[in-house]
Amino acid sequence: MSATEAGACAAASTDPGPLRNLRWVHPGAWWVWALGLAVAASRTTNPLLLGLIVAVAAVVVSARRPHAPWGRTFSAFLVLGAIIIVIRVMFQILLGVPIGSTVLFVLPTMDLPDVFAGIRVGGEVTGEEILAGAYDGLRLATILACVGAANSLASPARLLASVPGALYEAGVAVVIAVTFAPQLITDLRRVRAARRLRGRPVRGLRGIAGSAIPVLEGALERSVHLAAAMDSRGYGRIANRTTRQRRVAATALLGSLALGLIGVYAMLDASATTIVGVILLASAAAVAIVGVRMAGARSPRSRYRPDPWGGPEWITAASGLIAAAAFIAAAIWMVPGMTTPVDPAQWPRLPLLAVASLAIALLPAWVTPQPPDRRSL
Amino acid sequence: MSLPPVSPTPVNPTPMIRWESVTVTYHDATRPTIEDIDLTINEGELALVIGPTGSGKSTLLRTINGLVPHFTGGTLRGRVVVDGRDTEGHPPRELADVVGYVAQDPRSGFVTDTVEEELAYTMESLGIAPVVMRRRVEETLDLLGLTDLRSRPLGMLSGGQRQRVAIGSVLTAAPRVLVLDEPTSALDPGAAEEVLAAVQRLVHDLGITVVLAEHRLERVVEYADRVIVVPGGGRPLIVGEPTVVMETAPIAPPVVRLGRIAGWSPIPLSVRDARRVAGDLRAQLHAVDAQHASSTHPTPPEAADRSALSVTRDLFVAHGSHFAIKGVSWQLHAGEVVALMGRNGAGKSTFLGSLVGLHAATRGQVDVAGSDPRSLRGAELVRTIGLVPQEFTDLLTRSTVADECHDADHDARVPQGTTAAILSDLAPDIDPATHPRDLSEGQRLSLALAVVLSGRPPVICLDEPTRGLDYDTKERLVTILRRIQHEGHAIVVATHDVELVAELATRVVILADGEIVADGPTADVVVSSPLFAPQAAKILSTPDAPARWLTPSAVMSALGDAS
Repeated sequence: MSATEAGACAAASTDPGPLRNLRWVHPGAWWVWALGLAVAASRTTNPLLLGLIVAVAAVVVSARRPHAPWGRTFSAFLVLGAIIIVIRVMFQILLGVPIGSTVLFVLPTMDLPDVFAGIRVGGEVTGEEILAGAYDGLRLATILACVGAANSLASPARLLASVPGALYEAGVAVVIAVTFAPQLITDLRRVRAARRLRGRPVRGLRGIAGSAIPVLEGALERSVHLAAAMDSRGYGRIANRTTRQRRVAATALLGSLALGLIGVYAMLDASATTIVGVILLASAAAVAIVGVRMAGARSPRSRYRPDPWGGPEWITAASGLIAAAAFIAAAIWMVPGMTTPVDPAQWPRLPLLAVASLAIALLPAWVTPQPPDRRSL
Repeated sequence: MSLPPVSPTPVNPTPMIRWESVTVTYHDATRPTIEDIDLTINEGELALVIGPTGSGKSTLLRTINGLVPHFTGGTLRGRVVVDGRDTEGHPPRELADVVGYVAQDPRSGFVTDTVEEELAYTMESLGIAPVVMRRRVEETLDLLGLTDLRSRPLGMLSGGQRQRVAIGSVLTAAPRVLVLDEPTSALDPGAAEEVLAAVQRLVHDLGITVVLAEHRLERVVEYADRVIVVPGGGRPLIVGEPTVVMETAPIAPPVVRLGRIAGWSPIPLSVRDARRVAGDLRAQLHAVDAQHASSTHPTPPEAADRSALSVTRDLFVAHGSHFAIKGVSWQLHAGEVVALMGRNGAGKSTFLGSLVGLHAATRGQVDVAGSDPRSLRGAELVRTIGLVPQEFTDLLTRSTVADECHDADHDARVPQGTTAAILSDLAPDIDPATHPRDLSEGQRLSLALAVVLSGRPPVICLDEPTRGLDYDTKERLVTILRRIQHEGHAIVVATHDVELVAELATRVVILADGEIVADGPTADVVVSSPLFAPQAAKILSTPDAPARWLTPSAVMSALGDAS
């Protein structure tokens, strides 16, 4: 933290005056920022850079996450990332093609039928190959951490509140599905307690089988209650639209979704040309805008206090995009240090361009307003 | 009627909700749930709907916004007209701007993440302009006292707050009618008062028509302009002014029962009204008291064995990083009925859970009949201690009552037929082939209780057993529990129901924030408490002579002794 920033922070904490605007940052800005970081992570296998990206995400999350249940999900994503690294390395050990010559140990090989020719199970395991697997796993874990950061900074429900009216109903279905999981866990706990009270096994196959039906029954019952409540509160008052209008809009939305998925794949897959991905994503965006315009044209919904998109949002989104652009450029220009050679293994270097862009991506921790609930809780 | 009306009747009342010979029959039902209803509720009224469980109160309420039949299915004959709109042509979503409906468990109806978003949700669906939405949300936050909670996640609210948010979330759409299905049955006395005060304010200040179903009459009857009794079984509704209906209604809160005993007319509906006329009764009772200085009520039964059945020493139980129980030490003896009281979230359920070994003690010891409940498994546990949890239907897993009883015998390793015998004792006339879900609430509770009693555990715990029970079923439960007590079991009941405590408990333990703040004989603990005192004690106490009569029946027997 530079001296001026420290000064600004100190001033802010001692003087929560009228200039200190507490508000939610537009969830879209957080997601753009986080996805920018994720794209950056996908362009490098340098463990130092990947570690820096996770650190940047962690700093921003700890500075700006709300005191709400979803605000505490970041660490869960980190744990999940660690598991992914372990699994990735284990796959490398079991199925990987050996690189390099530093043999660490030898696993018994298994002969596979001819159909699986080319797949090797067991055999020599080299240090280089484990390192390569670990780097790859770390990259996946970093991408996941970026998604986790976005999730804890802006809950999926809030992101959906800012989607256009046409997508809203699909969005609500997603939100209900998302809130279902934690409810199921609560129910499972209750049902298991009841089983214990009746002196029945809680663990093991019989325990699980005995708990499943009451839990699912409860879930079904609750969704019926929720549906009744939503119906009584005016959900689904749709303005009149013709079937043709609805179909065209739906086709456009689905088409844009498909284009977008292929585009994302092309962007993230290092072997495809980036320009193809960019073109695909751009056309997906264009089709989506048309579809959403059509579908939402006569929706009766209005929106309560939509999050404004102001200076902090521009800076946040831009800082994520700058990081993504810098990493993509560095990868195209083959700046040394973006990939870390494993054979022979070398100490990773720190390319200046990438590190500088990550410093920019750290900005949202200071330039964005505090979430409002920090005070009221 | 020669009596002057309690509240002046408007000269030309405007009808707000009108039922015209309405009959509702659900699919697969042999007979209509409600039959031939003709009723009008006027603008600005607070109508209280009462009646036994399963009599069709909820169905009646749900016809107001068209959930019946649009959502539930079934057929509705006749017409329901709300503010000039026939529900036949208007499904619930088209009535959302006229009728605000809050279901029994508000948690199941929340759609968004935080209080403020939840308050705006209905308005968003209705397409109300953003400027108007902003203003109404602020007004509603003030009106219901939710300002400090505006950005709180909905999962972090207390019971009373949750109910107020649920009311607020339909109120922002500026409905003319508010329909509340048992708004206070899950709440502690303090939170219930909070919610009812808010409702009363809506009626007085905004002129909203409120239709409210509730079992806890002692909490609501004084606020009602009109009482609608739904007797069930196809019998006609009884409708009238509360004072008139309450004189003869089959179900009545303690204040009314006391009024009937003392012959007060008009019958008082609130503690305040009753105190004003209770001077004679008080004097009479104190005279009786002087004669029988030794008699006390309720008499704690002579416990044959005073050795403790359950002991906890310095018990701490943590949920995550927060202690739900902090240093509780107590003893439980055979023949005792202990009422565990306290706010929602005070640690009552956790304490019961740790008694039966559902929660591990972070520090300290739990001992039940000589062993640590955590170490007990299977039949051993079932024969040592039983708990009827708040969601007691969780205990029931089979598709017929007979199978359920059979399983319970098997679980407890007792001879076949034991549970069925207990059940027929608790609730006669249950067809063993019925699905537990098709039983009435009271019958289902009896079944759960029979399952727990099958192993004859010396200690029986019940968590909020009277939530959603009508007066009849509650009375039957009290009888059953008294009998179990006299058989030498110790009973622990966590409850908010002060009248149940007055009827049943020999000892009251009040928990606050995980600690015991009061522990003693029922009369000593509850009479001095502003929140936990039963109505009879509130009416009969004077500052210098706290009353020892906690229930109308106690008063009756005291007067009977005197004559």
